[in-house]
Amino acid sequence: MSVLPYLAAGWIFLVGCYGLATSRNLIHAVGCLSVCQSSTYVLLLAVGYRRGGTAPVFADITPGSRPVVDPVVQALALTDVVVGATVTALLLALVIQTAKRHGTVDPDELSELRG
Amino acid sequence: MTAAQLLPLIVATPLLGAALLVAAGRRLPRFAAEVMGFVFSAGAAAWAVTLLVLSPSADSRAVEWMGGWRPRDGASVGIVLVGDRVGVGLAALTSVLVVAALAYSWRYFDEPPHRHAGSFPALILLFQAGMCGFVLTGDLFNAFVFFELMGVVAYALTGYRVEEARAVQGALTFGIINSLGGYTTLFGIGLLYAHTGELGLAQIGARLDAHPHAGRPDALVLAAFVLVLTGLLVKAAAVPFHFWLPDAHAVAPTPVCILLSGVIVELGVYGTARVYWTVFAGPGGIPEPSVHRALLTLGVLTALLGAVMCWQQRHLKRLLAFSSVSHTGLFLIGVSVLTPEGLGGTILYVLAHAGVKAALFACAGILLDRFSSVDEHELHGRAHQLPLVGGLFAAGGLALAGLPPFGTGLGKAVSEEAAGWWPTCVFVAASALTGGAVLRASARIFLGWGPRPSGNPETTTGKDEEPETRGPLRRIPDTMLAVPVALMAGALAVGLVPGLWPAVGQAADAFTDHAGYTAAVLGTGEPAPPPVTPAPHWTGVGVALGLLSSVLALALAWTAVRRPATDEPARWAAPLHRLQSGHLGDYVAFTLAGIALLTALVW
Repeated sequence: MSVLPYLAAGWIFLVGCYGLATSRNLIHAVGCLSVCQSSTYVLLLAVGYRRGGTAPVFADITPGSRPVVDPVVQALALTDVVVGATVTALLLALVIQTAKRHGTVDPDELSELRG
Repeated sequence: MTAAQLLPLIVATPLLGAALLVAAGRRLPRFAAEVMGFVFSAGAAAWAVTLLVLSPSADSRAVEWMGGWRPRDGASVGIVLVGDRVGVGLAALTSVLVVAALAYSWRYFDEPPHRHAGSFPALILLFQAGMCGFVLTGDLFNAFVFFELMGVVAYALTGYRVEEARAVQGALTFGIINSLGGYTTLFGIGLLYAHTGELGLAQIGARLDAHPHAGRPDALVLAAFVLVLTGLLVKAAAVPFHFWLPDAHAVAPTPVCILLSGVIVELGVYGTARVYWTVFAGPGGIPEPSVHRALLTLGVLTALLGAVMCWQQRHLKRLLAFSSVSHTGLFLIGVSVLTPEGLGGTILYVLAHAGVKAALFACAGILLDRFSSVDEHELHGRAHQLPLVGGLFAAGGLALAGLPPFGTGLGKAVSEEAAGWWPTCVFVAASALTGGAVLRASARIFLGWGPRPSGNPETTTGKDEEPETRGPLRRIPDTMLAVPVALMAGALAVGLVPGLWPAVGQAADAFTDHAGYTAAVLGTGEPAPPPVTPAPHWTGVGVALGLLSSVLALALAWTAVRRPATDEPARWAAPLHRLQSGHLGDYVAFTLAGIALLTALVW
């Protein structure tokens, strides 16, 4: 198994964090958070990958006749997508409300809470 | 019906209630919706308490494989719920606090959205389900899902008053930082799955132990440990992951603060301890000295920074929030000893702290209703007609300082004894500062002591907070007073009921038994029971240290009240205030720095 997918997953996570840390727009920040999360999809699918494996659907193949990729990580990734969708939707709703109440979506201009 | 079959009910009851409330809430009057919320949350509390009483011996664990998917020949694809004393006890504590929060909000939330009476109780019930699921699950990925469930509901509840600028900003910071932490945990879970091919806590632990190592563990195991812990420590608000907490707790509605400060933060500490002992405590895991060093360092930093920041606050809810940060640090120090004694002390401390902190937040909520302010300087001398609330607030301050016979004092004394002499100094300093800050606020607000403050500060004040009730209520509802009184009495009972202490001691023995947990879950043989350690109890030294920190707290409060309040916050603390910048990007950067720090400490 190549180490490349793992490095790619780490890279995507860090790129998302960089975007979050330097973001000038909250919608962009929520997007960056989704990028961070995408790294976990890449990681999970890389973990379950088998060379030459096919989809783990046994409707048309005999079990044991050929390698299949790990179905567990696919279930995990699916759950992960659901979690991510919920979080993103909620955060975007809060961004809309922030824009209404503060009149800005620039984190640099939100200064109500400090000290 | 066996005891183990009650486990899923503890999680399912509040979930069912939430679903019913969402479906029918639009047509229900507020009264009916709140009664439903009560019934379902109290139902879960009843299941948890029943299970605690039913369990035959302290080191027995109720194990329930969902849908009957039991492990066969040591391999399993099923999902398991495991209820040991600590887990079920925390579920009971959570459920009791949920009932308290619902009782407190009975007459409190007199504001929109009026059209959907079920929304608030439904969210609280979902929150309860997430918390109970998190403490009962024996599966790492399920722990992540429950962790995110309670996280998402907590963000929504923090920003519940969406018309308020501060509330939405605090909820957004809370949401982004905690979700980032959650994804870090998931990354770690992915690495563990890649390494072991398992997701259950016991199964991962067993696979790791199959390859014992003498010196340093595999880099992959180390990385997974750091990443999994990061998300849990973000939830626990350990320095430098703590920045979101004061922002969120200061803006959340008071009934939600009761839950956030009372249990959520502590669940982060619980998760850290659970993951360490079930997965990484064996011969194939992380060596004890590394874990001890990491948790102790973070704990000391958290306790001291939280205490100093707590002392500098004038916004009451922020003050209480920083005190929670400080106390989390103390809990981490207690866990870092990695012995049943340290853990037993921490459990008692958490139990009593939940009662005290929830009662203090409830009192702050009463002030907010009466005077539309939670600012210590603005409220100066205005609340002298509320003697009961003032007495509760001062008692809470003394309890935070560790005054015997409060349970906080007992927990502090036992943890100190386990931790050694220099962490004891941190315990005394942190509890004196946090207790002193609350005492200072009660002397100013309820007694009107000291010169009347004035001035225009740079930091967050509690001045322009929107009241959470429609106009001041004619009189304080009985429920709003009864809840803090009952919670404070509970905190007192933890230090006064000797029957509780051996139960906590045995629970800690079982919790720290790595081999016993694995064997109970996988059903492989009967390992030797863990050695019995003496139950936590009061000692002369402990009482003396508790009195010392209480006297220090009183002295600090007395000195502060006599000086002009315009000197606050002190100039030397300005760099610390600048760290708490309220800027999302800064907090993300600190989270990444925290991951690096944790890696360096565990390495």
